[in-house]
This record gives sequence, structure tokens and C-alpha cells, in this order.
Amino acid sequence: MMVVTQGTGSVGPWRVALRQLTGNRAAVGAGALFVLIVAACLAAPLYAHDIAHTDAFTSQVSATTVVDGHTVPVLQQSTAGLGLGVTPIGPTWDPTHYFLGADGQGRDVMARLLYGGRNTLLIGLASATLACVLGALLGIVAGYLGGIVDGVIARILDLIWAFPVYLLAICLSVVLLTSGLDLGFVHVSADSLLLPLIIIGLIYVPYVARPIRAEVLALRGKEFVQAAVGTGASDLRLMRREILPNVAPTAVVFLPLMASITMLTEAALSFLSVGVQPPDASWGTIVQDGLGLLYTRPMVGLAPGFALALTAAVLNIFGDGVRDALDPSARIRSGL
Amino acid sequence: MIAYALRRLGAAVIVVMAISILVFLMFFATPGVDPAARIAGRNATPATLAQVRIAFGLDEPIWVRYLRMMQHLFVSRDLTSYVNRGQLIIPEINRALAVTLSLAIGAAVLWMIAGVAMGVLAAHFKGTPIDSFVMLLGIFGVSLPVYWLSELTNLLTQSRLHSSIFSWVPPLGYVPLTQDPVQWALHLLFPWLTLAVLYAGIYGRLLRGELITALNEDYVRAARAKGISERRVLFRHALRCSLLPVVSTFGLDFGTLVGGTALLTEVVFALPGIGLLTYGALQQLDLPVIMATVLYAAFFVVLANAIVDVLYARLDPTVRIG
Repeated sequence: MMVVTQGTGSVGPWRVALRQLTGNRAAVGAGALFVLIVAACLAAPLYAHDIAHTDAFTSQVSATTVVDGHTVPVLQQSTAGLGLGVTPIGPTWDPTHYFLGADGQGRDVMARLLYGGRNTLLIGLASATLACVLGALLGIVAGYLGGIVDGVIARILDLIWAFPVYLLAICLSVVLLTSGLDLGFVHVSADSLLLPLIIIGLIYVPYVARPIRAEVLALRGKEFVQAAVGTGASDLRLMRREILPNVAPTAVVFLPLMASITMLTEAALSFLSVGVQPPDASWGTIVQDGLGLLYTRPMVGLAPGFALALTAAVLNIFGDGVRDALDPSARIRSGL
Repeated sequence: MIAYALRRLGAAVIVVMAISILVFLMFFATPGVDPAARIAGRNATPATLAQVRIAFGLDEPIWVRYLRMMQHLFVSRDLTSYVNRGQLIIPEINRALAVTLSLAIGAAVLWMIAGVAMGVLAAHFKGTPIDSFVMLLGIFGVSLPVYWLSELTNLLTQSRLHSSIFSWVPPLGYVPLTQDPVQWALHLLFPWLTLAVLYAGIYGRLLRGELITALNEDYVRAARAKGISERRVLFRHALRCSLLPVVSTFGLDFGTLVGGTALLTEVVFALPGIGLLTYGALQQLDLPVIMATVLYAAFFVVLANAIVDVLYARLDPTVRIG
């Protein structure tokens, strides 16, 4: 049996880290802003039904709205050239009537922005959690068990690591979008939000698993692990009680940084129309909707991109704060 | 050293082979994905489907199809598209590769120069507004979606400010370097700048962190104690070690840029590169083109990583062991 000695009044490392994090003004501010963004996106139905009185998912080609007391159509027939296109209404800056204007189908951009944010945040946070949990588990198992298990896991991780991440995500999405994912015991339909969630969560596993495996390899030789081995502890107990608590800070540090990466990946996939499928929206699909309207109604594409960039930035600032507090040497591979 | 390089390149070849098998299985062996159904169209009869299978060799065992595709891709180099029958893929890829490499190399030169300069400045002027600016740009680099920044650039240079200060910006598209070097550079200038702004921030921030760590090391204190000028300490002693992680990150980033991320930039700036070619092929499920472009992309990533590892071993001999 191990005897745990603890001096009276001493605080654990998590408590120390939390204290340091709350003392970091930039990180606290970023964290608060993130909570605000999440709350605003969760309130999307409230905004759509009770403030804007609009349906963000059906096209409203012949709808009208009120601007400065005048009733105007939401979609205006184009007067330039052959007069074939339509120009949606621009931002009115009136929260009750098309605050950010309408998209090409006459739908309220602000309402879609909030609904889209829900999906982007949901997929981003869930897939980041998936990548961190799975990555930590694989890293611990591979690093601790070593031998053939480690060989197989490490080679697979290396292979995914070598694959350009966006290309892998796009290829997987294209394949699975034609048929959905059918694993026999579970079926995910092609237009489900679970599809991008799972794909993005899995492709980033090596980003977490590789650094954690390296940490576990270093921990294995440490005296406290050897001491636990000497007491006859089982592998499972060793991994859970000795290894996990020592690599958990790294996994926690990766979580907010990973969430910003996965959110950006989701939006990029949706922008290329291989992520979230219509009629569902995400910040990426709205940027794509705005691509055709870029020169006439830039707000359609710029607003969701700005929301995405802001959210990714606050997650990064918050994540840097968590890293400084918990594990300053942790570094995640990040690119565009 | 040479033995290490050979070992590393051998590993790279194996990784590319593994990726080719992985991609092949992904598109040909995923349950529910039937290339023949895609080629034959929506309302094909079973007889048409059977004909298509025979015509495209889809009725053979999967390993035969894999070997045949690799043979067409690497040995006889006459792989043709499923969608545009008879269209040779390799010349098309070579044309597209010139575009993607023009984009990536130009951007890389800009971002490395700017990134190193900013990293050195930020570390030297730590705690001043210069430092804060570099840190902010670093946050931008990892947060701004590149396609969104590209759209913003287009909005300003092609539309809003096109009649005033950006009247010299040519319309979107690409002109080959061999045809007109000036137009080539003009067409690529804003794609380069867009990518460079994002990456320069990331690199500036990375280098700043490394430099600040290095400047606290004993060997820097020893150099200072010898009476060496601060400039020489910074450039000759600290910067040298700090560039190592920057070089290895650069290898990864450049490989991924050529191998995939460039797609997003190419879509918005209408550059007919590898990314756009892959994207078009994916939408039509044109499998030979997908296989070819993905393998080219993977080849670049793996090659870039191998070069970086060898370079790293040259700079830091301790990694050669093991």
C-alpha cells in the first residue's frame, strides 16, 4: 500500500494552476468572452423567434421587411446587366429586422450566424474533446506498454501525421458523404453533424497522442513509477494512478488550443461544402453563401468569418493562459 | 550522416506507399461507395453498371486494381481521368504543381523573412509595443481563417478600393512565369501577402519564445561575460539555436501548405493549382485524379519532413543516434 503524506494547508497542483489562471487578466477576459459567444449562440432560437421573428432555415424569396418605416422586399431584382440576379437587403443595423441583412435566399444573416455558431462550437468543442481524450489514452497505452503495441500505434499515428490534415479530412468527408458511416452496430447518416465531428476528432488524435506518448516514455523510467512497479501494482493501476495524473495537464492544455484548431477545420470543410450539410448552417457554410455576394453584400461572408476568427482568437488566448499556468513547455502543432 | 539520410529517405518511401494504399482503400473499399455508380450516373440499369465495371476494370480483385493504378501512375505514366475520358493526368498535375509551388514558395520566402525579423525584434524589445504587436499578429495567424482573409483581400483589391489605390491589381487568375514574369508576380502578390501575414505571425511568435528561452541560458550568460556585444550574442549565439525548432516547423508547414492548405487559398483566388485540381476531382469522385493528386501532395509532405529531419541531423548531431 502506498502512503500518501500531505502537509497541512498545502494545495494541489491543479489549485495552484487555477489560481495562476485567474490572475491572468488576458486569459480571464478571453474566457469570459468565449462564454458570452457560447451563450449568444445558444440563444439563437430565442433571437430568431422572439426578436427577429424569422425562420433561418427556409428560403424567403418574396418576404418583405420594414426599413425606416417603409416596407421593402428582402430580395431586390438586379437592375445591372441582364437583370437576372437578385440582391438581398443589406445590413439594417436594426436587431428586429435583418440586422446584418439577408443572404441570397432572403434568410436573416444574423439569425443564421447564431444558429451556425451553435454547430461550429458544438463540432469544434466535441471533436477537440474526442481528439484529446483518445489521444491521451493512445499515448499512455503506447508509451507505457511499449513493444509491439507501441510499434503498431506509433506507426499509425506517424502515417496520419504525415498526411496533410485538410486533405485527409476532405477525402474522408467526400467518401462518407456519399453513403454515411456504417459500422454495422452504428449508422451515421450522411447529413448528420456527427460525421464532421468524428472525422475532425480522429484526424487530430496524433497531434495529442504523439507528445503525450513521448512524455510517458520519459515517465516510465522515473523512480516513482519504478517504485510502484516494485509494489506489484497492475499495469492498469500504474497507468491510471501514476502515469495519467502526470500527463493530464498536457491533455488539458491542449483542449482549448485544439478546440480553436478543430473549429477552424470544421468551418473550412463546411466552406468547401464537405462539412455541415444544408439546411443546417455553420460559420463555414455561411461564409460560402457569402462568396457569391462578396462584392454586393460583403457582410454575408464577412460576419461569420469574423465571428469564427474572434472565437478562435479568444480560445487561443485562453489556451495560452492555461498553458502558462499548467505546463509552460507544452507545444501543439498548429498551422493554418 | 549519409547513412542517416538514406535511412530517413527509405522510411519516407514506405510512408508514401502506405498512404497510397490507405487512400486507395478509402475510395475503393469503403462499404457503400461504388465508383461504377458514380460513373454510370443516377438512373443506370444493372446492365449499364456491369458494362461500366468491365470497361473501367472495376470487376477485378482490389489488389489487381491497386497495382494497375500504381503502374499507370508511376511506371507508364499514362493514367487517365474517369470523368474526361482520355485526359492524361500527369501533364495536368505538372501544370497545376507549377502554380501551387509558385504560390507556396513565394509566400514562404516572405513569411520566413518577416517572421524571423519579427521574432528577433519582439525578443529584443520584450515588453514594448513592438513585442505586443508581434504577439497579436501571432494570435491572428492561428485564428483567422485563410479563405476569409483572402475574401477580404479580394473585396478591397478587386472591388472597394479597385478604382483608387488598387487600380493596378490584375483580375483574379494566374499567368505562367515563363509567359510573363511581371504579370506572374502581380497575379500572385496578394495571395502571397495573405498567406505570409498569417504564417509570419505564427513564426514570429514561435521564434520569440525560443529566443527568450535561449537568452536565459548559461551559454548566453557566458558569452555576455566574455564581453561580446549584445548584437553578436543575439545573432551568433541565441538565434542559431532558436532557429532549429523554426526550421522543423517550417518543413511541416510548407509540406502541408503544398499538400492541402493551399486548396483554400486557390479556391478563393481562382489559382488553377493542385488544390483546385483535387477539389474538382473530389466533387466528381474522379478517382484516378484524386489518387494522383493526393499522392503528389503526400509525397511533398513526406519529402519536406525527411529533408527537415536530415537538415536537423546536420545542425544537431545528437539526433542521428536512435
